[in-house]
Amino acid sequence: MDLFGSYALLLAFALAIYAIAGGIAAVITRRPLLIKSARNAGFAVCALIWLGFASLVYLFFTNNYAMAYVAEHSNRNLPALYKFSAVWSGQEGSLLFWSFLLSIYVFSALFAYRGKHPELMPYVGVVLASVQLFFLTLNNFVASPFKVLALPGVGGVLHLASQTDGHGLNPLLQYPEMVIHPPVLYSGYTGFTIPFAFAMAALIGRYPGEKWIHLTRKWTMIAWCFQSAGILLGAHWAYAVLGWGGYWAWDPVENASLMPWLTGTAFLHSVMMQEKRGMMRVWNVWLVFTTFLLVIFGTFLTRSGVVSSVHAFAQSSIGTWFVGFLIIIISACLIAFLKNRDYLRSDNQLDSMISRESSFLFNNLILLVACVAVLSGTLFPVLSEAIRGTKISVGPPFFNRVNIPIAMFLLFLTGVGPLLAWRKTSMESLRRNFGWPLAGGVATAVVALAFGLREFYVTLCLMLSGFVTFTVFSEFFRGARVISARTGSNLFSSAAQLTMRNTRRYGGYVIHFGMVLVFIGISGQAFNQDKQMDMAPGSVMAIGPYTLHLQNFDSDQQPNYSSERATIDVDKGGKSVMMLYPQRRFYPSNEESGTMVAISSTLKEDLYVVYAGRSPDSGVPVIHAYLNPLVKWIWLGGLVVVLGTILALLPNRQAVMVLSPATEGSPVSSGDGMQPARASISARSQLPKDNA
Amino acid sequence: MKSKVKFGIGAGIIIVTLSCLAYVGAQQSKTYYHTISEIPTLSGAALHQRLRVAGDVKAGSIQHLSGHVDFVLLEQGKGLPVSYVGTDPLPDTFKDGAQCLVEGKVTPDGRFVAETLQAKCASKYEAAPGQAQPAAPAAYSSDPKSKS
Repeated sequence: MDLFGSYALLLAFALAIYAIAGGIAAVITRRPLLIKSARNAGFAVCALIWLGFASLVYLFFTNNYAMAYVAEHSNRNLPALYKFSAVWSGQEGSLLFWSFLLSIYVFSALFAYRGKHPELMPYVGVVLASVQLFFLTLNNFVASPFKVLALPGVGGVLHLASQTDGHGLNPLLQYPEMVIHPPVLYSGYTGFTIPFAFAMAALIGRYPGEKWIHLTRKWTMIAWCFQSAGILLGAHWAYAVLGWGGYWAWDPVENASLMPWLTGTAFLHSVMMQEKRGMMRVWNVWLVFTTFLLVIFGTFLTRSGVVSSVHAFAQSSIGTWFVGFLIIIISACLIAFLKNRDYLRSDNQLDSMISRESSFLFNNLILLVACVAVLSGTLFPVLSEAIRGTKISVGPPFFNRVNIPIAMFLLFLTGVGPLLAWRKTSMESLRRNFGWPLAGGVATAVVALAFGLREFYVTLCLMLSGFVTFTVFSEFFRGARVISARTGSNLFSSAAQLTMRNTRRYGGYVIHFGMVLVFIGISGQAFNQDKQMDMAPGSVMAIGPYTLHLQNFDSDQQPNYSSERATIDVDKGGKSVMMLYPQRRFYPSNEESGTMVAISSTLKEDLYVVYAGRSPDSGVPVIHAYLNPLVKWIWLGGLVVVLGTILALLPNRQAVMVLSPATEGSPVSSGDGMQPARASISARSQLPKDNA
Repeated sequence: MKSKVKFGIGAGIIIVTLSCLAYVGAQQSKTYYHTISEIPTLSGAALHQRLRVAGDVKAGSIQHLSGHVDFVLLEQGKGLPVSYVGTDPLPDTFKDGAQCLVEGKVTPDGRFVAETLQAKCASKYEAAPGQAQPAAPAAYSSDPKSKS
């Protein structure tokens, strides 16, 4: 029973080979039965991976410490929730988890299009099964989570062994966020496989038209949504658990998750150029390829020990496999592209610098530059060793210097882009569209300066945030006003109607607004303060408007850990406002300790208090307090981004036929994706088209 | 065509500006990796750079003094005296025999003054038979701020 999962994975491996071979045969012979058979093999591979994963979860929940992986990552006293997250806390389990999540995507894609696109889907199936085959190779032969413990006996013969209890889960992972952060982030990573498979399939199969890009966009948005949420959950975990008062350190593993997000974001924008104007076909295909490459590269970076990181997995030989796989993907992409590049010729050229197209071009350029900067900074030690023989690393100043201006420029484009027309924007429409947003931005900056703000980037960020917010709201307002005038309903319900009629466009605006909130939150970092003190009971620390009184410290014994805890009374303006209990936990099963930060979070600022241990000199608790303004805005912004993406994924609701004559500036009926309020024709009879 | 040229110029300006910023940022924050045996051979400008050195904490060498912690880092039999002067409290994993990573500068008398310190327990599961090395997602337990 213990090894049930490993048999399931072996069978999945064999069937994946069949799915590839059968799929290729199906593509060549076009025999419907063969196509069906290859697809069914694809379904079976997924189902077997689910069985394999379920059996590993079962081993964890039955405390089977005869299994090496279970003994390594769990123990009897571990709460059930963390037993679940322990499944993917190590190399082997997390690779199986990768396969598991990927198989959910693969199954959904194969199932959703099972009777459709017969010219495209067999190719898609082959690409997907090939990616699955790689991970199944790792799951079966390189990093199997189903190894049993054994002891060498007489004459070197191995005997099965079992432990009574496991080594336990790393305490840093015993935190609720760690139960959801990896699944969400991995769902982002694995999800980018689907767009890759479609792009590859369309290119090799020379699938006519832009249909593949419509299909791909939705899957990219799903993956992108998970990736965004996963990155922010990871940042929040780092903030709440690592106890250093920050949420982002440009650590290689963080960078690895950011890079595919950057290229994925670029793709979601440039895809519109292809849909509307038939431009950027080559670029889009390469963006999808690059995103997938970065996904595999990121997985490699996290696991190979190439660059040292706070939360990288231990060094292992698995890196070689990933390098091999990366080389295969790059070669496959290059060959497919070189053989079929005539298929990707553009229909149109850039008409004007002041146009929607050029704003998208700059958006893409800048996202790609950010990605290259993050990549080169992450690989600096490797690159410098290869080129100059000395290993040199670069730190946050490098990343910040490049990425802060990029972020500001992106924010600017976020405000400008939606106001520009396709092809060419007239001066008159510029004046009409930019008036309010520009005034809003300037007003924000004036207010910020009046409040004594002098930091250049923070002021700029707030100004641009004001600008984008006004752009977003003026877009909603203009559309809602038109609907309101026609239907007589109030502005709010009109805005809701407007959104539901073109979810993609207005969902996009909601995402933009969410990003503004994230940027505002990040800019608060310029005003962080922190203070550290040895505090005996009765001592006092002042930070910002708060006064911390350490009342006492005690220790506590739990089944899974023992803890030391300080009780701190927090005063503000002479009044006691709350009690904080920062903790330090010690986990005997693996002799490690963890910090439980006490955070009091408001929209204005976070008071973040760490019990940093006992002072070696006096034995009293060392308390490290941080005052971090606006951090909450980041998490709120993330929530808005996720909601916006879900909104954009909803199908458009058909508008009621409108019989009144169209008025000037009715974006409602333009039916044209992100077109600004310009169109006045076509309003009478044409229903907004489904962009999806 | 004209728009294409204009876009090219715009793109060029952006890339050049950002490259300059990247260069400045890299100069500001670059840290050189060295082994303990390499340190005595460093000379001239190399001595004033920010360095990153790894080794094992020599058993019994940790001394808590006021304002700093002194210890000896060992690598292949060679020792390096280190003074940790950072403001962050030492990680719990910092003890005799732990694998340790320090960043800082060398003083003229050969002492390494570390501003940041990361430590990892010496692999304690090695006794457990028939299994891979512990693959904890936190290989080094310390603060990621060490790179700032």
